[in-house]
Amino acid sequence: MSLNEFEHADVVLCPGGPLLLRGEHVIEDDKGGLHRTTRPVSAVCRCGKSAKQPWCDGTHKVIPERARP
Amino acid sequence: MFTPKARGELSEALIDALRTDSVDARPALALDPTDDGDLHISLWVMYELMYRGFDDVDDDVEWNPTVLELRRSLERLFEDELRSKYAGEPLPEPFADKLAECIENHDGVSVAAFIQRDADLEQVLEFLRYKSIYHVKEADPTTWVIPRLSTGPKAAVIELQYDEYGCGDPNRLHSNMFVRGLEACGLRSEYGAYIDDVPLEVLKQNNAWSLLGLHRRLRGAALGHLAAFEATSSLPSRRIAGGMERLGLPGEMIAYYDEHVEADAVHEQLAIRTICGALVEETPSLAADVVFGAMTCLGLEDEFARRMLGEWSA
Repeated sequence: MSLNEFEHADVVLCPGGPLLLRGEHVIEDDKGGLHRTTRPVSAVCRCGKSAKQPWCDGTHKVIPERARP
Repeated sequence: MFTPKARGELSEALIDALRTDSVDARPALALDPTDDGDLHISLWVMYELMYRGFDDVDDDVEWNPTVLELRRSLERLFEDELRSKYAGEPLPEPFADKLAECIENHDGVSVAAFIQRDADLEQVLEFLRYKSIYHVKEADPTTWVIPRLSTGPKAAVIELQYDEYGCGDPNRLHSNMFVRGLEACGLRSEYGAYIDDVPLEVLKQNNAWSLLGLHRRLRGAALGHLAAFEATSSLPSRRIAGGMERLGLPGEMIAYYDEHVEADAVHEQLAIRTICGALVEETPSLAADVVFGAMTCLGLEDEFARRMLGEWSA
């Protein structure tokens, strides 16, 4: 790969944190509700504890490490 | 915006010289600052010449060598203080993970927790007046850094800033969301409206943003500062929004903090990983400055929080 080519994933799993989604998407939550992304990059909750499902609200940082994704 | 009130001999001489267009005729500008308040209001005034300027100062003074020389001498004092207090420790690999941990483990006092549970309306309005100095130009100091970066970190900063600037929609520009929140609360929303009221700690926070943003040499520290700011925003914003709901503040202001719960959960990851991680991978020699910038952000917020909690609990 040329030095001027960059890896730029559409979906990024953050260690111990959310899943980042680049671009426009519609997410179906576990109850069948649909949520459209509204920003260039969105963070989807992976720890299950966010109060703003399906989006990350930073709660993963205050739960025990073993409960983090 | 008009020039603020002086806080000592140096700022009095500086502001007077700026307003009367007589900077070059003033050997008085060789004065030492009376105290930190005098130093930091002087520095803030000189930085503002590079943002929006003042209605009572000629625009041409922005690049006046006498002003720049004074600014540089005050910046050296400020940077020396920050480096002696907030240099931080070198981080092991992997840098981005360790930076995230280091920010997460930082032990500071929290204004947000107080606002959530205990603050009264007057205290929250005071908090908003102080925070308005930065929030009405939110994200702007980071924009200075962009042309100083290579492709990877540059694109990463733009990805974050694009969201800060509302993806081009003025209604969603974060600074404008705060302006609308201020108006809904019956507070003044003009740029710099409350500068005469803010304590030293707020001036220091604002001057740190500008110091790090305006010097190419300090680009690593500017991005480390950004990373720490974003990584300590999401959870506190939720607490602040909760406190504002408890006190019945207008929805426009709550919306600003609510927006930051979600936005900064994203920005935190971008700032630590795609921005600082990529920067240090490409230029390892900037690692120490990234940590310095992050510790400076956390340390100055802690200074502000101690001041406010001290006053509010007195």
